Amino acid sequence: MTRTVPLYIALLCMSLLPGCVGVQSTLAPRGDQASALHGLFLLMMAICGVVYGVVLIGLVRALWRGRNGDDTRSAGAGEVAAGERSRERGVLVAAGAIVLGLAVLIVGSFIADRALFATRGRDAMEVRVTGHQWWWRIAYRDAASGRWIETANELHLPRGRTTRVTLGSADVIHSFWVPNVAGKLDMIPGRRNVLDLTPRANGWFRGQCTEFCGLQHAHMAFDVKVEDPAAFDAWLVAQARPAMVAAGAGGTVAQGQAVFAGPCAACHAIRGTAAAGRAGPDLTHLASRRSIAAGTLPMSRGGLQGWIQKPQALKPGTGMPDIPLTPRDADAVSQYLASLR
Amino acid sequence: MTPDSDRTDRLALTWRDPPGLRGFLTTVDHKRIAARYIVTAVLMMFLAGMLALDMRWQLSVAENTRMGPQLYDESFSLHGSTMLFLVSVPVMEAMALWLVPLMLGTRNMAFPRLGAFSFWLYLGGVLTLWIAHAVDITPDLGWFEYPPLSGPAYSPGHRADVWAQMITFTEVAALAASVNVAATILKMRPPGMTLARMPVFLWAMLVASIMTILSMPAIMLVTSMLIADRLVSTHFFAPATGGDALLFQHLFWFFGHPEVYIIFVPATGFVSAIVETFSRRRLFGHSVIVLSILSIGALAFGLWVHHMFAVGLPRLGNDFYTAASMAIAVPAGLQIFCWIATMGSGRLWLATPMLWIVGFVATFVIGGLSGVMSASAALDLQLTDTYFIVAHLHYVLIGGAIFPLFGAFCYWYPKATGRLMSERWGRVAFAMIVGGFNLGFFPMHLLGLMGMPRRVYTYPAGMGWDGLNQVATAGSAIAVAGGLVFVGNALVSYWRGAPSGPDPWGGSTLEWASRSPSAPWNFAYTPVVRSLTPMWSDRPKAVMDGIALDRREVLVTSVMDATPLYRQKSAGPSFWPLVAALAVTAMFIGSIFTPWAVAIGAVPIGAALTGWFWPQRERAKSGPLRLRR
Repeated sequence: MTRTVPLYIALLCMSLLPGCVGVQSTLAPRGDQASALHGLFLLMMAICGVVYGVVLIGLVRALWRGRNGDDTRSAGAGEVAAGERSRERGVLVAAGAIVLGLAVLIVGSFIADRALFATRGRDAMEVRVTGHQWWWRIAYRDAASGRWIETANELHLPRGRTTRVTLGSADVIHSFWVPNVAGKLDMIPGRRNVLDLTPRANGWFRGQCTEFCGLQHAHMAFDVKVEDPAAFDAWLVAQARPAMVAAGAGGTVAQGQAVFAGPCAACHAIRGTAAAGRAGPDLTHLASRRSIAAGTLPMSRGGLQGWIQKPQALKPGTGMPDIPLTPRDADAVSQYLASLR
Repeated sequence: MTPDSDRTDRLALTWRDPPGLRGFLTTVDHKRIAARYIVTAVLMMFLAGMLALDMRWQLSVAENTRMGPQLYDESFSLHGSTMLFLVSVPVMEAMALWLVPLMLGTRNMAFPRLGAFSFWLYLGGVLTLWIAHAVDITPDLGWFEYPPLSGPAYSPGHRADVWAQMITFTEVAALAASVNVAATILKMRPPGMTLARMPVFLWAMLVASIMTILSMPAIMLVTSMLIADRLVSTHFFAPATGGDALLFQHLFWFFGHPEVYIIFVPATGFVSAIVETFSRRRLFGHSVIVLSILSIGALAFGLWVHHMFAVGLPRLGNDFYTAASMAIAVPAGLQIFCWIATMGSGRLWLATPMLWIVGFVATFVIGGLSGVMSASAALDLQLTDTYFIVAHLHYVLIGGAIFPLFGAFCYWYPKATGRLMSERWGRVAFAMIVGGFNLGFFPMHLLGLMGMPRRVYTYPAGMGWDGLNQVATAGSAIAVAGGLVFVGNALVSYWRGAPSGPDPWGGSTLEWASRSPSAPWNFAYTPVVRSLTPMWSDRPKAVMDGIALDRREVLVTSVMDATPLYRQKSAGPSFWPLVAALAVTAMFIGSIFTPWAVAIGAVPIGAALTGWFWPQRERAKSGPLRLRR
């Protein structure tokens, strides 16, 4: 075992290198909250690493000395006492060192914990995220109008500003986690949790549900895009608009919209059309998103068609039923959805 | 003193079981019962290990479709439930059932029939879970089934009920075993074994038993509430109608955290016994280790919230639980240092039992330190429900409890069978299991830090998780193969092993004074103890006589000083424990399907208990207690 330890330490160091970034990793913090936790993690690693080293050295020394020691099984109390004093002192010193190390860690933990809430009370953009089996309903509060703008499965965040996410659940317990930006927080039916996110670097990240929530827990992810505040504002304005089908769109798109109004509209809403179902994700600007079905498939016209035709094969158990559409209809619906930018 | 053959013949006649099947079903011999417990638990460990290997295979490639989500969910649920409830806790109780009377120099447990009842009920739990699996009503929501997911709205069918009732089975069995162990240790110690002269192993088993008695009611309550929600539409956990989903988590972890120490504390008993014998010196810091065990037992009840740091509880409370959780490292660390000091100041014999202890220290400390990390309310928000926690809990449970258990198995195997296990194959199994385990589970820390959540049946390509998952799969496969070598070694040695004699290791405690394998009556005379290591320093041994030879009798002593108080009749073989267990089993299984089972099922249980406790009065006719030298 001891031989493999250096290998892992090397691996760990590699993953800590700035160039090696994960889009869903605690080791590449890109937000204030994640950075505070990463700092605490490094402090923990340092102290725990030293402790483990001390224990291993003690163990090896004991094995070495024990091999040449004396059998004291039948020795009298006096003989055994020789050397016990210094051992007692050694154990006491070690215990004191543990207490000291723990005190440092407890204080460090306390400070990091407070850092997570440093932004509390300040002005922040409000977002509601509601967990569903197995997707995310996301609603932004438009500061100007006070209106809630709904979308799903993709979170956009302005860089350098704090976003206050209110977490809830529509069914079972889920957990909201974007490790590059902040720690996780559970989404519990009947309760409301609040998480602050202050991202510091532009880019795409990935979030995932971390509380087992049933069959498709593994396919309950979402994309996170951190962008410049101006770009974010533009995105939010675009999201607030109702769906726009390009004026000169061909007949296929119109046919797709007609088909959609049948079985699909029962569960999905597309603002600006008659489709107003609430059971499934809002699809008003579906094609502007990066992936389909809570991170199950990358966004593409073909992906949409595959998903429409065989949701139960791609994500067994999903709330979306297999709807018998003719290939032509499925193609038309996917053309229509792909036009919803 | 050596008993003459007349004495042993009379004891054999008194303490024998009826022959054949009748004896098998009626025995109250603590060694036979414990052996069944252990064999069943090992079998369960094998099955649950196979499930683990299957899951590792599934995860070794991204986007793997070998297992569907349903099969994967069933696999980890069955793996976790079996390992926690049907392997770890019962096997520790089994070790206590087997060893406590031997280490106390007494002839049986305090409540022999309760021991038999405990096993039959445990077997009922085993069969409930695995027969349900065979007929496809496998629980599929993990080893802690949080509502509302496990509630009637999201889990129709009987999968969740099977899980909840399996828990009820094992908890009743565990309570029965723990009451038995605690009473035996407190009231049946040999003369002279005051609390201050009690070996660490007995302290560990006493503390674990008391913890079981205090924590199990919480889980029985919470699973009963879940069943009531599902069966008779109560709303304990339904937020829409005024229930609270978090209540379940509080009650579950109020049991669930102490449970970890119910598994770990007995292991510290094994470690202390093995370290003492193989270092050829008295345990360094005996009272420090005992006080550490006591403080772990107390602290264990004050830190259940560290399983719930991500649910959004008040911050100040979280800070308290952070400090309490980290404080566990102080007694745990003190124990480790005392063991290391014992090894370093004696004459070390690195036979296989001792090798397991070395593997335990090197592995368990990693689990303890990752525990310190996840004890931080802040940092835990990045760690909980990821593979970091999967790694942590396996380091603690396998490294911290199962490695010492394997050491204990090798250590006491000669006492149980009269034969030695092969040292060479023991070393091979040790190297494969410890090496494979660390290779398999260390990468999971990294996977968790790199964002991999637990309980996912697949993961997308391009996350950078594939390589580490493959290493983890390879490591687990090596460890499982090592486990097969270990069991194979035990089986072959059972028939082919070299005869061991009563005391092959030069052990320090009383069990080594009995025959190997121990006779049904354990000891011909009750030993008198004058020190912590009676086998080393009390020669020639003083014994006490006066316990009847021609009827089953044990000596009861006082709690603090172990001064002899009176002779107690010890129950003989009986069908009643089995009948009672069957009646309870029928009631538990029935209540999965209808609430009426609770009322109707109570009748046969009442009848069985009446039969069990039907008075059979008979006075002792032997003479007064007297000390012999």
